[in-house]
Amino acid sequence: MEQQIVKVKNKKGVRVIPGFGLSMGVTLAMLGCLVLIPLASIFLSASQLSWGEFVEVVTSRQVVSGYVVSLSCAFFAALINAVFGIVLAWVLVRYDFSGKRLMDGLIELPFALPTAVAGIALTYLYSDQGWIGSIFDKVGIKIAYTRIGITIAMVFVGIPFVVRAVQPVLEKLDRQYEEAALMLGANKLYTFFRVILPELFPALLAGFGLAFARGIGEYGSVVFIAGNIPYKTQIAPLLIMTKLEQYKYADATAIALVLLLISFLLMFLINSIQIYMQRFSKA
Amino acid sequence: MMKKRIAVLTAGTIMAASLLFTGCGGGGSSDKEDSAGAELLNVSYDPTREFYAKYNEMFKEHWKEESGEDITVTQSHGGSGSQARSVIEGNEADVVTLALAHDVTAIEEAGLIESGWLDEFEQDSAPYTSTIVFLVRKGNEKGIKDWDDLVKDGVEVITPNPKTSGGACWNFLAAWAYQQEQDGNDEEATKEFMKKLYENVLVLDSGARGATNTFVENGQGDVLIAWENEAYLSMEEYPDEYEIVTPSVSILAQPSVAVVDSNAEEHGTQDASRAYLEYLYSDEAQRLAGENHYRPSKEEILQEFSDQFDLDMNLVTIDDFGGWDEAFETYFNDGAIFDEIYAQ
Repeated sequence: MEQQIVKVKNKKGVRVIPGFGLSMGVTLAMLGCLVLIPLASIFLSASQLSWGEFVEVVTSRQVVSGYVVSLSCAFFAALINAVFGIVLAWVLVRYDFSGKRLMDGLIELPFALPTAVAGIALTYLYSDQGWIGSIFDKVGIKIAYTRIGITIAMVFVGIPFVVRAVQPVLEKLDRQYEEAALMLGANKLYTFFRVILPELFPALLAGFGLAFARGIGEYGSVVFIAGNIPYKTQIAPLLIMTKLEQYKYADATAIALVLLLISFLLMFLINSIQIYMQRFSKA
Repeated sequence: MMKKRIAVLTAGTIMAASLLFTGCGGGGSSDKEDSAGAELLNVSYDPTREFYAKYNEMFKEHWKEESGEDITVTQSHGGSGSQARSVIEGNEADVVTLALAHDVTAIEEAGLIESGWLDEFEQDSAPYTSTIVFLVRKGNEKGIKDWDDLVKDGVEVITPNPKTSGGACWNFLAAWAYQQEQDGNDEEATKEFMKKLYENVLVLDSGARGATNTFVENGQGDVLIAWENEAYLSMEEYPDEYEIVTPSVSILAQPSVAVVDSNAEEHGTQDASRAYLEYLYSDEAQRLAGENHYRPSKEEILQEFSDQFDLDMNLVTIDDFGGWDEAFETYFNDGAIFDEIYAQ
């Protein structure tokens, strides 16, 4: 892959594949108008605060507890998604059964469904009066209006990321590896953990990172299933909304900025691990 | 070579950018052109949807008689605070009819409404009022009669968060007013009471409709602290499942209306906007408000609905709290009493 990109210029220094200027221009305009300028405006808006004010806003107890709730629930949700994402992808790639195409399509439903609808439906099902929630309520587990409920909503919005990241890699995985491992006497569990999983790991990590980041920022579905009780089930995005309701735009963007930085750091970390792993596996 | 490349790159950038912007622009303006006559946009809050749907028809006929012109009124609903924000950020409302004066003041501070709007129409620009009541499940098993029953152990309360919901501010202040009376204005004791009350709150929804959903659709909690008109709407929908309990002390909730002067001026709809809000005080509109469970602000019309509303409730007003600015300063701003209650 990398070598191909290096060689696209011929001796005269002209690119062999035409259209670089045009496509790069379109890319820059799209990124600029839709991503970079809006992001820059967040920095600009937050910069209305002095450093002292900024620190005060983002380190207030309620805000910190909001970060903790959002991050911890998003982490567990991404972890759950990583495990079940592999299972789902495995079933969809490796087995043939009727309704497979339908199931494959269902995976993407969380992308298409408005998150508020998902939140209301999940709350209805998982409250102690709902179908599923009432079963858990009998053994004393409350799901809706607790952090478990928040995590479930985040699992819902995050599952497509892991499945869609792992699926193509699993499809391309050469079955000869597995056969060789089995022939050499490895049992099935050993084959899975030492032969298949290392191949899937970079893709899994990417899916995990995306699901994690999505969970951190998730608002629409979570507000309905979270009890929104300060210090207990109040997520960081809700605190941003709270600030907006009080017309405190700078405060709101300050909280958003910290959330953004955390997400960026996480993605950076995950990408670094991925690159490291790829080098490691080649060597 | 280099120059040409830069030229192509620039062209690509400009093309994509212009596509983006014309795309957005075209979508926004297209739905305005084909309607005849003047057009009004009324930006309102959640529970007024049913009332204004009927009122708009009424006003249309009235305006046709008065001026001979056709008029279309479009309505928009949402949480009062976010509706106010949308107007500040450029939603071209001709009139706003919001849950509390504080939200209208925010639009005034943004320079879109001239100061003095509160006295522009009768009764502090509040053509209809409401109050805060309790909605309980049929049979009222927990025996809830007044505010002090809400702090008892094992009573689960549903109310939205005053920091995100205008309606919830009324709830908070009504409870506060009750306990102040009980404690002889001892602030610490009242805070203790409020703390107990909010400890019993199971779900703190971000808006009034959300709280109603949590209580009615998801079956959470024993009591919903609600606007009187919302409580009646739930009763209408499920007549055999709920009861309304009126506490001994509550607050007179005054939803405010105002002409958004700078928008109306720009659209040339000042007269129609004024007439739209003034007509809310006519006998027939007042009656319509009553039928939609709002308390008409005209005394004689209110008396016609005396069998529906409990007119003997002791109602405090926002002026007893020194107005909205002071109430927010004392209770709802960051670090104020509401935050104190939750910070152990």
